[in-house]
Amino acid sequence: MRKVFVIGTGLTKIGEHWDRSLRDLITEAILAAVDDAAVEVKNIEAIYIGNMSSGYLQGQEHLGSLVATWLGIPGVAACKIEAACASGGAAFHQAYLAVASGQYDCVIASGVEKMTDAVTSDVTSALIMADDQEYVAYTGATFVGLNALVYRHYMEKYGVKQEKIAAFSVHCHKYAKYNPYAQFRREVTLEEVLRSPMIADPIHLLEAAPIGDGAAAVMLCSEDFLNKLKLEKKVEVIASTLATDAFSLYDREDITTLRATRIAAEKAYRMAKVSPKDIDVLEVHDAFSILGVIHLEDLGFAKKGEGWKLVEEGELEVDGSIPTNLFGGLKARGHPVGATGIYQIVEVAWQLQGKASKCQVDNAELGLAQSVGGVGGTVVINILKRVR
Amino acid sequence: MMGVESVPRYWRERRYRYRLIGSECKKCRKRYYPPRKVCLNCGSRELVEVKLAETGKVISYTVIRVLPREFQGLEPYVIALIELDDGTRLLSQLTDVDPEEVSTGIRVVATFRRIKEQSKDGIIEYGIKFKPI
Repeated sequence: MRKVFVIGTGLTKIGEHWDRSLRDLITEAILAAVDDAAVEVKNIEAIYIGNMSSGYLQGQEHLGSLVATWLGIPGVAACKIEAACASGGAAFHQAYLAVASGQYDCVIASGVEKMTDAVTSDVTSALIMADDQEYVAYTGATFVGLNALVYRHYMEKYGVKQEKIAAFSVHCHKYAKYNPYAQFRREVTLEEVLRSPMIADPIHLLEAAPIGDGAAAVMLCSEDFLNKLKLEKKVEVIASTLATDAFSLYDREDITTLRATRIAAEKAYRMAKVSPKDIDVLEVHDAFSILGVIHLEDLGFAKKGEGWKLVEEGELEVDGSIPTNLFGGLKARGHPVGATGIYQIVEVAWQLQGKASKCQVDNAELGLAQSVGGVGGTVVINILKRVR
Repeated sequence: MMGVESVPRYWRERRYRYRLIGSECKKCRKRYYPPRKVCLNCGSRELVEVKLAETGKVISYTVIRVLPREFQGLEPYVIALIELDDGTRLLSQLTDVDPEEVSTGIRVVATFRRIKEQSKDGIIEYGIKFKPI
């Protein structure tokens, strides 16, 4: 396998883009990544587009050909990658493999989700498509509801109070205010979180990632390509793994752990020859406050039932032992589903390049991004390293 | 039904949904709902259909307050992860109970109920819900 480098990044702000379409957003993000890499659109050999719900929400599939055309390069290899909320991470994984294998020298990993074209009830229908349609969605369960089952069981199993878990949302909002691309650039208090309306008990509105539109892209390339174009090495991808778990909660022995995280992380640590203590910056998939806490445990940063302590003890802060979600996480940066995994990669890459402004972690060398699909049915782990 | 409305998609699941039929692995005896062809536990392909236990207990539950279009008007309702007395786990809506009265560990029994309508002119879908014993 060849070395793979990230040489360009591009984002749109996350929010309610009433005047802009799915194709507008993804085109903007990819062109920004191309410009950031200081190469030409014609250098692109393949495009992977992470997206979950364009078929349901826009009535639009076949995004590969659409995006290639809107970029003015039909002929290029391009296709949509779908793995529910992990679509962005999975698109990056495919792009990594495409370069590492030697097939392509310059590819785009991207993601887009345009959620505000639909009303909330239709978005709710779209999101539960991540789980078993015939035997879970059929009961009237929602995606938030499935995570609520995990949340309650976690509190009861480990004897943890809700405010300890809800504090994860407060942490994310604290940092989102410095992120110009974030959907919610304001702080919230723990009292506000716990007073916000209940969506699916015990999950409050302010413990759940919002609905928003956004697109993100990164350009990946080989060492040969960098040398040929005399480009600077910036960030290297030293591990990229994807794992699955039993599709639905009814097939899991322990619903408080995401086995796919454990499998993908173990493989990634081995591939990168690092351990959790070597990671300087972390991006976890906190679609709900409880998931943020559980991910810290499954990734190896805390014992089971104790992930919340890292939040309480300040270890997730910019100067803590494991700085986490310093661009606001899914909760406050936002969660345009298929794009989220790419936003995380961009944020890690910026940290490693010293481009994270007020949220910059000193001398960040290694960063890990975790992208989760469904209630952990798919997990993608990517580890990036600063090139000196 | 989410996605396109479909009669055959509903019809082909009816015996499992109406009668709580799952599958059991002949090798390791593990039971599954919904039924399947390959055992998740031991990898065996020798699974047979079996009528599952109709009683069990609540492992975890939630009260759904923001819901998909096709369930609009039914809120709030309780969704529970249930472990049947034969060890099978499944998800179900709880019925005949005030959400405030539900707690982890309560005993429940299967009951045949109306689930939803595909649309104003579509078919009415039925299946199993659980209620406290």
